Amino acid sequence: MTYFPEEVVEHIFSFLPSHSDRNTVSLVCKVWYEIERLSRRSVFVGNCYAVRPEQVVRRFPNVRALTVKGKPHFADFNLVPPDWGGYAGPWIEAAARSCVGLEELRMKRMVVSDESLELLARSFPRFKALVLISCEGFSTEGLADIASHCNVNLNLNCFGACLVDSRTLPQLRHLRELDLQENDVEDRGPRWLSSFPDSCTSLVSLNFACIKGEVDSASLERLVAKSPNLRSLRLNRAVSVDTLSKILLRTPNLEDLGTGNLTEEFQTESYLRLTNALEKCKMLRSLSGFWDASPACVPFIYPLCHQLTGLNLSYTPTLEYSDLTKMISRCVKLQRLWVLDCISDKGLQVVASSCKDLQELRVFPSDFYVAGYSAVTEEGLVAISSGCRKLTSLLYFCHQMTNEALLTIAKNCPNFIRFRLCILEPRKPDATTNQPLDEGFGAIVRECKGLRRLSISGLLTDKVFMYIGKYAKQLEMLSIAFAGDSDEGMMHIMNGCKNLRKLEIRDSPFGDGALLGNVAKYETMRSLWMSSCNVTLKGCEILASKMPMLNVEIMNELDGSCEMEENSVDPSRVEKLYVYRTTAGARDDAPNFVKIL
Amino acid sequence: MAGLGFEETELRLGLPGGNDAEEATRSSGKRAFEETIDLKLKLEQPAPERDEDEEAAAADVIPAAANSLSSPAASVATGGGSMKRSPSQSSVVTAELPDPEKPRAPKAQAVGWPPVRSFRKNILSVQSTQKGAGAGVAALVKVSMDGAPYLRKVGLRMYGSYHDLSKALEKMFSSFTIAGSCGSQGMKDMNETKLADLLSGSEYVPTYEDKDGDWMLVGDVPWEMFVESCKRLRIMKGSEAVGLGHTEGDGKMQEQMLRNAYLHASGISCNDTALLFYVS
Repeated sequence: MTYFPEEVVEHIFSFLPSHSDRNTVSLVCKVWYEIERLSRRSVFVGNCYAVRPEQVVRRFPNVRALTVKGKPHFADFNLVPPDWGGYAGPWIEAAARSCVGLEELRMKRMVVSDESLELLARSFPRFKALVLISCEGFSTEGLADIASHCNVNLNLNCFGACLVDSRTLPQLRHLRELDLQENDVEDRGPRWLSSFPDSCTSLVSLNFACIKGEVDSASLERLVAKSPNLRSLRLNRAVSVDTLSKILLRTPNLEDLGTGNLTEEFQTESYLRLTNALEKCKMLRSLSGFWDASPACVPFIYPLCHQLTGLNLSYTPTLEYSDLTKMISRCVKLQRLWVLDCISDKGLQVVASSCKDLQELRVFPSDFYVAGYSAVTEEGLVAISSGCRKLTSLLYFCHQMTNEALLTIAKNCPNFIRFRLCILEPRKPDATTNQPLDEGFGAIVRECKGLRRLSISGLLTDKVFMYIGKYAKQLEMLSIAFAGDSDEGMMHIMNGCKNLRKLEIRDSPFGDGALLGNVAKYETMRSLWMSSCNVTLKGCEILASKMPMLNVEIMNELDGSCEMEENSVDPSRVEKLYVYRTTAGARDDAPNFVKIL
Repeated sequence: MAGLGFEETELRLGLPGGNDAEEATRSSGKRAFEETIDLKLKLEQPAPERDEDEEAAAADVIPAAANSLSSPAASVATGGGSMKRSPSQSSVVTAELPDPEKPRAPKAQAVGWPPVRSFRKNILSVQSTQKGAGAGVAALVKVSMDGAPYLRKVGLRMYGSYHDLSKALEKMFSSFTIAGSCGSQGMKDMNETKLADLLSGSEYVPTYEDKDGDWMLVGDVPWEMFVESCKRLRIMKGSEAVGLGHTEGDGKMQEQMLRNAYLHASGISCNDTALLFYVS
């Protein structure tokens, strides 16, 4: 390509779908670098501390969509102390100064303050979409600002633990999407729904499933009635069957529905109305909610089942094996299924024989005690694997597993991209042979050549890591808990997994030897997390001195509740370690308990 | 042939010590894998007696599996004969001193394990407490009626008295009873009527399961107390409710029913059963 006008090159670049492709072309020559950076519309920052916000906005001044991620994944399970960091403020401030064309902002596991939201609202005239996943730190005031200033179509998705006052949420004038998922919402009453202005007719997606309190049914019905473009609607527990039926009569184009509660006083007429309304939703493909669902409600969903591709029953411990299977056996087109382990092995056999198109399965525990009981075992998973050959994504919680089962599963489903198995009792061996599960997981990585994400559990020695290092060449993310015998285990991973981006380890006997065994590797990865392992302060200091382009963060909480006196006697041991590559140097917003070497 | 010791398959609950310990350890799968670990790693097990003490604790501690969290951690992670607490134990919320004398209490859950997001944990725990206690915000309880094809659910707090509740139940289940309504006088009156018509078999008796798991006759206690303690309702066929008479201080339906059945068969009347109960 000698002399093409810039516009032509830019046009060619527009066909590059992925960030990494665009990153690559920008390295070819200075001309291409310039063209690429000025025409870049979408930027993804996987770790907010890997690069300074100013650098990003300076390089890509014309960006329209910015995605930034903050805390490490284990923050979901309370392993990252509060106030660790991940502040959205610097990003919004930098963008406000340099990227006035910004239209979409997506943030995950970040701390977003009201001031930031207010700045966001004021700074971007074309702003359309705000997606907050597992964020925290803001309240109603901030959202009200967004609402009052944003004149254009607005996507608002909030997932995770953020304080959202339901009352002022909605003064969102031209809202397209309001999606609050898995939030810890502070409820201040039902009036928020009625605050949607009459001019708001552009709603495409409304999800308030996580709001705990009552909602005003009349307002909800009015809102739905004036939203002809509504495609996705997820209600909360307080919405009654009657309201749901009335709403559904107005949403013939609905594709995704999260029901309200399905438990109230059983009036046959209500449920018949519901069935009639559901039958009108010919486009409905995905169903969730089922809050407090009573078994009696299940038959009224039957007419819908044959067209469903997604079904989430994982919030409903009140439905048991027989209810679940009666529903699922009719869902012959199902591709995505989330359930609780109440479904039992027998139920999974029904899934296996009915849902031949299944691609994603998640089985969550209903009892979190490691010594508790679960109705699913390795047998259920084997049945699934033999019936659902298209399975690519799995999250499975159970109390026991065997090598033989894993071998069978690997042979049956070689197309796994995500395989996450969580045996609730740490270090539990093969249930029939009492051997470690090395061979089983070895088979998984050997057969599933496209595996990108893996979580392992049960009793595991260094051998499993040898297998993973040898076979899991496409692996990008690995989660390890209570596994391995020695540094060798981790070394296998560091040396073998060429595409590894994220490694997170807890409660495993890996120490300084493993940490320092392949330091160059960290430059090719996004991050490493190690907690309750055997690394020491000395080892971390050595790492930091050898690799100046890494931030080596150490967290030693002085929280008396989880430390014993003995432990604090040994100051050299590092409780929590987070290592990540960065061009930004040490961050200046770290709290007291974080030490950056 | 003689070596085919039935001792191998015998179930025992003895305290460990000597031979018994060997038997117990061999038959317990959990113990076996601990040995596997130890052998594989050739680690010096600090004090074999210590593990046997764990077995002692395990015998009377229900979440015995919790022990597997403790000892392998010690043997695997410590790598040596020292009693130093292993790093992998530090993430457990209630850690313990490695005291060989002290029997181990069940280990608490490790922090952040299992890896389930708090949102999901909260949902399920809220739902299970609502299932468990009868009193929630709405005091929703299941109502079953013998012979009806499905159950109903009522919010007890929606009613102010037994009378209101009985009217509501009457409406709900009117389609199922041959005789029609369950009686219009309210629960308290119903009891007396039912007691009188015990043998008729076509009338219904309202009963409920209280917080302690006992089945009680509806109407005995003040309304508020009933709402607090009621977990579920069952409208029994009169013929099945034999023995649920109002006896002082005794609400155990099963015992009464069994006793009554026996006594009826022996020709002793219901009223004498109370006497017999206290006497025996």
